[in-house]
Amino acid sequence: MAIVTIERKVLEKNDELAEQNRELFRKSATFVINLVSSPGSGKTSLLEKTIESLKGKIKIAVIEGDVQTDLDAQRVAKFDVPVVQLVTNGGCHLDAKLVQDAVSRLELDGVNLLVIENVGNLVCPAGYDLGEAMKVVVASTTEGDDKPLKYPAMFRNASVLIINKIDLLPYLNCNLAELKKNALQINPNLAVFEVSCTTGSGIKEWSDWLFART
Amino acid sequence: MHELSIAENVFEIAGESLIINRGKKLRSVKIKVGELAGVVPESLQFCFTAIAKGTAMEDAKLKIEKMPIIVHCFDCGKDSTVGNFIFQCPGCENPNVEVISGNELQVVEIEIDV
Repeated sequence: MAIVTIERKVLEKNDELAEQNRELFRKSATFVINLVSSPGSGKTSLLEKTIESLKGKIKIAVIEGDVQTDLDAQRVAKFDVPVVQLVTNGGCHLDAKLVQDAVSRLELDGVNLLVIENVGNLVCPAGYDLGEAMKVVVASTTEGDDKPLKYPAMFRNASVLIINKIDLLPYLNCNLAELKKNALQINPNLAVFEVSCTTGSGIKEWSDWLFART
Repeated sequence: MHELSIAENVFEIAGESLIINRGKKLRSVKIKVGELAGVVPESLQFCFTAIAKGTAMEDAKLKIEKMPIIVHCFDCGKDSTVGNFIFQCPGCENPNVEVISGNELQVVEIEIDV
C-alpha cells in the first residue's frame, strides 16, 4: 500500500473554465452577473423589470438556466434581447462549462450586460464559479426573514441582495429589518435593494446601480 | 444534489493519480471539506461508490476532513475559528473580517495498492 499526495481542488476544472469565461467577458467589456435564489423568489420577474428599465441605455443578453423547459427564455425573448436557454435535465446548478457553451451561441461584442439566471437553488450554485463579476442573490419576503442564516454560503458569496415582493409585507410574518440584519450579519458588504416586481417599486434604484457598473 | 458532480470530479482526480502511480486498487481518498462548501459527506460517499462501481476504485472510502470557518480580523490581526456562521472577530466583534478557511473542497491524498 502507498500514500500519494495530491492537493488538488475538486472543482479545479470548473475554476479553469470560469477563468476562461472571465477572460472572454473582459475582452468584450461585458459586465456579468450570476442571478441566484430559491425557486419562485422572482428572478425572472426581476430580470424582466431590469431589462425594461435599462432598454435603450445598454445592450443586454441573457442566459437562462432551468432544470426543465424553456419557459423563462420565452418570457425574456419577448423583450427582444438575445437569450440562450440552458436545460440541466435534473442538474441543480449551472457550471462554467455550460455557460461557456451558451456563450458560444451568443454574440458578446457590444453586449454591456450579461445576466446568467441560475437554477433556483440556494445551496449548490454557491460553489460553482461561472466567470461572473458578481453574484446577485434574490430573497423574497414570502420566504421569511431567516433565509440568510439557513443558507450562509450563498449570502456570504454574493455582492448584492435584492429583497423582492416588498408589496406583500403587510400580509406576511416577515420582518424586513430582521431579514436585512440577518443578511448583513453573514455578509456586511452586501449592497441591499428592496423591490417589488409587481408595483415596480425600487426597480429604478437597482437598475441605476447596475447601469453604473456596466 | 451537487454531490454527484463533486463525486465525478473526485473520481477523475483520484483516477488520474491511480494510473500515473500504476496503482492496482484505490483504498481511500482524503478530502478536505469546508463548512461553507455545502457538501453532505454521506451523499458524497454514496455518489462516489455508484460512479466507481466496476472499477479499481469501487471499494474506496472517502475520508472527509471537515474544515471549520476561520476568519482573519483586519482590526486586531488575529485569526479565529467562528461558529454559527457569525462572520465577525470573536475578540473585538469586528465584522471587517476575511474568511481564510471554510470554503475548501480539495483532494488531499489517496491510498493505493501498488
